[in-house]
This record gives sequence, C-alpha cells and structure tokens, in this order.
Amino acid sequence: MSIMEYNGGSVVAMVGKDCVAIATDMRLGQQSIGVAHNFEKVFPINDKLYYGLPGLASDVYSLREHLRFRVNMYRMKEEREITPKTFTHLLSSTLYEKRFGPWFLEPVVAGLPAPTEMEPHPKPFISTMDTIGCITTPKDFAVAGTATDKLYGVAEGLWEPDLEPEDLFETISQTLLNAVDRDALSGWGAVVHVITHDKVITRTLRSRMD
Amino acid sequence: MVAKDIEVAPIGFDFSNYARNEFLGQSLGGLPKATSTGTTIVGLKFGGGSSGEPEGVCLGADTRATAGPIVADKNCEKIHFLTPQIRCCGAGTAADTEFVTNLISSNLELHALSQGRQPRVVTAMTMLKQYLFRYQGHVGAHLVLGGVDSTGPHLFTVHAHGSTDKLPYVTMGSGSLAAMAVFESSYKENLTRAEAIALVARAIRSGIFNDLGSGSNVDVAVITKAGTEMLRNYEMPNERGVKSRNYKFRRGTTAFSKEYIRDLIVKEEVRSTSGAGKEQGPAVAVAVGEGMDVDP
Amino acid sequence: MAMHAERSAALHELTSAPIQHAFNPYEDNGGTILAIAGKDFSVIAGDTRQSQGYSIQTRYARKVWQLTDRAVLATNGFAADGNNFVKKVKQRLEWYEHAHHKQMPLKSIARMIQTILYGKRFFPYYVYNILGGIEEDGTGAVYSYDPVGTYERESCRAAGAAQSILQPFLDNQIYFKNQTPEPGAEPFIPGNLPLSTVLALVVDSFTSATERHIEVGDGLEVYVVMKKGRPTDDLVGEGKLAPGMAVEELDALGEGDGEKTFLVTRSLKRD
Repeated sequence: MSIMEYNGGSVVAMVGKDCVAIATDMRLGQQSIGVAHNFEKVFPINDKLYYGLPGLASDVYSLREHLRFRVNMYRMKEEREITPKTFTHLLSSTLYEKRFGPWFLEPVVAGLPAPTEMEPHPKPFISTMDTIGCITTPKDFAVAGTATDKLYGVAEGLWEPDLEPEDLFETISQTLLNAVDRDALSGWGAVVHVITHDKVITRTLRSRMD
Repeated sequence: MVAKDIEVAPIGFDFSNYARNEFLGQSLGGLPKATSTGTTIVGLKFGGGSSGEPEGVCLGADTRATAGPIVADKNCEKIHFLTPQIRCCGAGTAADTEFVTNLISSNLELHALSQGRQPRVVTAMTMLKQYLFRYQGHVGAHLVLGGVDSTGPHLFTVHAHGSTDKLPYVTMGSGSLAAMAVFESSYKENLTRAEAIALVARAIRSGIFNDLGSGSNVDVAVITKAGTEMLRNYEMPNERGVKSRNYKFRRGTTAFSKEYIRDLIVKEEVRSTSGAGKEQGPAVAVAVGEGMDVDP
Repeated sequence: MAMHAERSAALHELTSAPIQHAFNPYEDNGGTILAIAGKDFSVIAGDTRQSQGYSIQTRYARKVWQLTDRAVLATNGFAADGNNFVKKVKQRLEWYEHAHHKQMPLKSIARMIQTILYGKRFFPYYVYNILGGIEEDGTGAVYSYDPVGTYERESCRAAGAAQSILQPFLDNQIYFKNQTPEPGAEPFIPGNLPLSTVLALVVDSFTSATERHIEVGDGLEVYVVMKKGRPTDDLVGEGKLAPGMAVEELDALGEGDGEKTFLVTRSLKRD
C-alpha cells in the first residue's frame, strides 16, 4: 500500500453555469481502520475560492498552514485577494519545490474569479495537480484521492454542461456519494460547497457510514 | 534581517521531506509514482532548397496525459513556450517537463535581455542539457526542441540524462515508434510548409491511434524566420459524441442533513425619513442606545 | 545481450545472491465487460479492444460469447485463458445436450462454470466472467465470478480494466443508489428498467470508460437475450436504435422456438 492510501479520502470539483462546486468525504482512517468521520479536506481561501487536499493527513495540516501563510503574505503585499489561477500556480510551485521529497497530497482548486477590467466576465475555474505540482485545468470536473478512478467514471457519466447551482449540487453530490460508496478508504459522510456570485451553499450530505 | 529571510525565498529544490518519505516508503511499501505522460511528440525541419519556401521547423504533439491506465487530462498542452522563436515538446514526467521548460524560458529571457539579442536554439539546448545532466536523469524530462534563430532552423532531442541529438526529423515518447514509422516512410528534405504540417499531423495521429499512452487531439507549432504559429488543436479526431441520455437529477434527489448559506451580498435597507429625526430632540438623546423611550 | 549476461553473472559471484528464475504465464489484455438483467431480458456487453501494455494487439477480439439460446458469457482478463475457458464450457454444454436432448438451464451453467473454475484452484484461469441470460422462470439474470469460481446472482455487474469506472455509475443508475424518490412518489425498484433505457446506459457507460481508460475502446458488442414470446419491437425496427448502432438477430442454437438473442454493435473511439 502506498502512502497516498494511508489515511484515505477523496475530493471532487465541478463547473456549472456561473458557479463551481467542490465536495469532499469526511473519512480519516489509518489503513483499513476508520478513525474519524469529521475530517474535512476542503478549506476556504476567500469568499469565492476553496481548495481540497486529499492525501496524507499530516501533510494536509502542514500544507494548509503553509498556504495560509503564503496567501496572507500575498494579501498584505498585493492588497487584493488571490485569484484561483494564481493560487493554483502558488500551490503548484510549492509542491514542485519538494520534487524530491514530495507532500503526499493531490490538491483540487475551485473558485469563481472576480470580474476585472481586463476580464469582465471570467469563467468559473477548477484545477487539480499531482503530488509534484503538474497542473490540469479541466473545463468540466476535477477529481483526486483514493476514489479517483470511481469519481472519473461517475463524473464522466453524470456531468452535464451549464448546470444551475441547485442542479450542480445534485450532480456533484451524486458523483461523490456513489464513488466513495465503492471505495473502502473514502466515505463516512460528505460536505459539498456550491460557490455562486452571491452566496456559498455548504451542505452536509447523508451517506452510508460503512 | 527577519524580513529579509521571509522575502528572499531560497532557490532550488527542498529536500526536507526526503528522509521522512524514504522511511514512509519503506514502512508502507512504495512511494507514489508521479504523473507520467505516455506521449507522442515529433519535430522536423522543412523548407529551403527545391521547395522554394523559407526554412523552418514544425513540431507536433498529442494532448493526452495519463496516470497509469487512467486518462488524467484529455486536452493538455505539450508544446511549451521557450522564446518567441523557440518551442519545446515535452514527454516523461509531466511536472518536470512543465517546470524545466518554464525555468529555461525565464533564463533565456534574462539571457536575451543581457545580450541584447534573441537567444539561439543551441543556447536553449545547452541550458536544458546542463540542467538535466546535473540531476542525473532524476528530473524526468524528455524533450524535442525546435526553433529558428539568426543561424537558421534547428531541431534537437534532449534526453533526461542530458544527452542530445541533432537530426532533421525526430520523435519521442511512448508513441515515438509509431510516429517514426511514418517519418521513415514519408520524410523528404525540403518539404513545403503545408506538406510539413500534414506529415507532422499524420505522425502524431499514428501515435494517437496506435499507442495507448497517446490520444485525443493534434497540436502543431510551425516556426519560421517570420515567426511562430501555434496551431493548438489543429486536428480533433476524438471528440466524444452526445450521450444517449441526459443525467440531470430532479432537485431534491440528494438528502442532506445540514445546510449553511454564506450570503456574500451585504443587504442594507435605505429608507427616506424626510428629516423625521428633528422631531426626536437633541442628537445626544438618540445616541444613548436601544430601548430608550422617546417622548411623544 | 551476451555482454549483459556475463556481467550479471560476475556480479552474482561477487554478491553470492541466489539467482531467482520466474516465469509468469499470465498477461493482462485489458478491455472491460458489463451485464445488466431486466425483468424479461438480459444484456451482456463488452468492448472489442485487446491490448498488451501500451500496444493494441487487435481492435476486434471477441469477449462475449453466445453459449445457448438463453445464456451468454462474457470473459475478461487474460485473453488466451478466456478463449480456452469458453471452449471448455461450450464442450461441456455440447456433452450435456447429447446426454439430455435439451440445452442446459442458465442456473446449471452458472454452477458448472464455478466447478470448472475451481477445478484449477492452484493454477487458475486468469479470467473474470460474467454470465447473463434468461432463467427457467423467464426472468433476466446475471451471474458474476472471480477467477477461482466464487459466484453470485445479481442484476448488474461490471468487470475488467474499467470495473472501478463503471460500477459506481451503474450503482447509481441501475440500483438508484443515493437517490431519494420524490416525496409521495413510489420508491425506486431496481430491475424494472425498460430495454431502451438499459441499452442507453450501457452505451453511455462504455463511452465514459473509453474517455477515461486507455485500454477500453474500438468497438462495442451488446448481446440482448429475450424471454420466450417477448415482443421485440422495442429493439428491432426503424429508428429504434441510436444512429451508428446496428442490430441483428442471431440464429437459434437449439429448437428455435424459445428465447431470442440479438447482437447490437456500435463503434467506440480508437485512440
């Protein structure tokens, strides 16, 4: 078993019409033993930018704190909020710096960029990267964690373009739940965040607890 | 002093997790393998001589990125920018090709600025091979480097250990044999620009359809003295058709136990009171606070 | 090659480590299979790509086999073992027909497959099997196996390279897992889906798997077995299938007045 499967857990993000969603399971395990069912792996950076860190739980804490420091420094120096794209590159460089002793994490980023003069109608943004920071920016969905294969399968089947926030909630929730139910290392509850321009909806899902 | 420590980030790789990861790898069995790209990348020189067209370099790549047998990205970009007139196709460890080309691109820009002229392709090649050789193949970038400079068109391959080749037509990646089969049977000197693009696209297609590590679309870059043309998704022979069914769910399909809505709109009601405050006596009295009775 | 051998021999003398010889008789030929049981029909599907490593051996290799008028077997894993296994099963079915003057019932085939698989418990057929067809009571059935013969009757199963991609999708769409019905509406009952829906789900499953798994693609073969006397007008006829799909009725292997088997084909992406 690899270190990536030591604690278990999965994250998925999806693009909708003027909205994005990011969802995570809540399991923290020690190999096949379930330890906690309140281990959220998705965190906010600002109002419209969230990211998830599935992988080795100790590295979740290390990297989250490191990123909090880096983003706060960015905020103070630049006097503005970091954009999803910039944050993705910050994450990517942070991971690649440790190319030969990586963090065991596969981050997923989801955010709505704020309109600017250059781009008055920015597109919803999602991205994911491997443990050493190779970025992928899909137009539809991004997945990571121990249920990666399963998430790809369900998402590839269920995802439809231009979903409204409430429909996107159903699609991402069904994708996550059905994928983690077939993964022994993910599950034990789930949380979904749907980010729109005027609100963020956070829902705790009812799910199988085995 | 402290401020300087924070602001000046140390350069290069950080090995601080290395010992820990070796231990974890031993005790838990196996470190995770990085996203490696099964790939088809190619390049050829064209023009000049009997073609009657300006000389140039044509590069090509497929757009599939894989993690084991799973397709991680269906439309990634493998033709990387180095300078306006030099491009580089990458195969091997995806992150390494990305960061190596970015680093060398930055250094070439600094080089151009300090020398006051556009860098040569050999310069890019030398910088790449010296960097890769230093890491003894651990930086897993396998590259096809092509471009046009003051001395004409150039095409190289650079291997992860730092060795290089200079050839008129080259292929790399898991689809290199499929692509080279096309080149070996059809390459000629002094192809026209249109012929070159067609041949490169055919070589990439051969990789896409015959090598499982390669797939999706054909990207092409054409570099001549006049400039670079990036033909992103030049061919898209693998679009997924429409699905048989629509999978939109009825709202309310997913049961949830808790909901928290963070409203990002600050709602504030502004009501015109037409100077009604005057009736309420001195301002001090109003400021005393809530719950205070106002005399009628 | 010779130089390499000498060098490693010299190395072994120095380290005095024992030389280990291993012959691995197995191979993984990729591909994926899937079966879904309906009320009075059963569909058994498989892609037609056969691969080894990053190479395609053939774009058309059969993975789904008609055994009797009411049984279809899908095999996946090591193709050579799969082909030989099917050969052996067919031979046993022929012997049965000679002895009993009738085709073997589905549930008997199911048990026989277990016996054959377990017979090679310590040198197994490296094959994942899914058996589909019509039971004696006329219901659609699916039996799934592991390589040494553990089996189970289910109403839906995926196996092979893209099993992990397909199965959770089918859980959701066939078993309605994690879906709550509309307030006041009937609860979802799995196994009652119409054939047209099941076929559409099979096609979408395979196109999804083709998108995300490098070993799946080229072609799709879907066998549809129908209960005796069941109308076939939801499968056969103008405009019944999506564009690009073709259907043919297969010749009966037995008397010809029983169950009907159809073969639906479609192309898949070739990259």
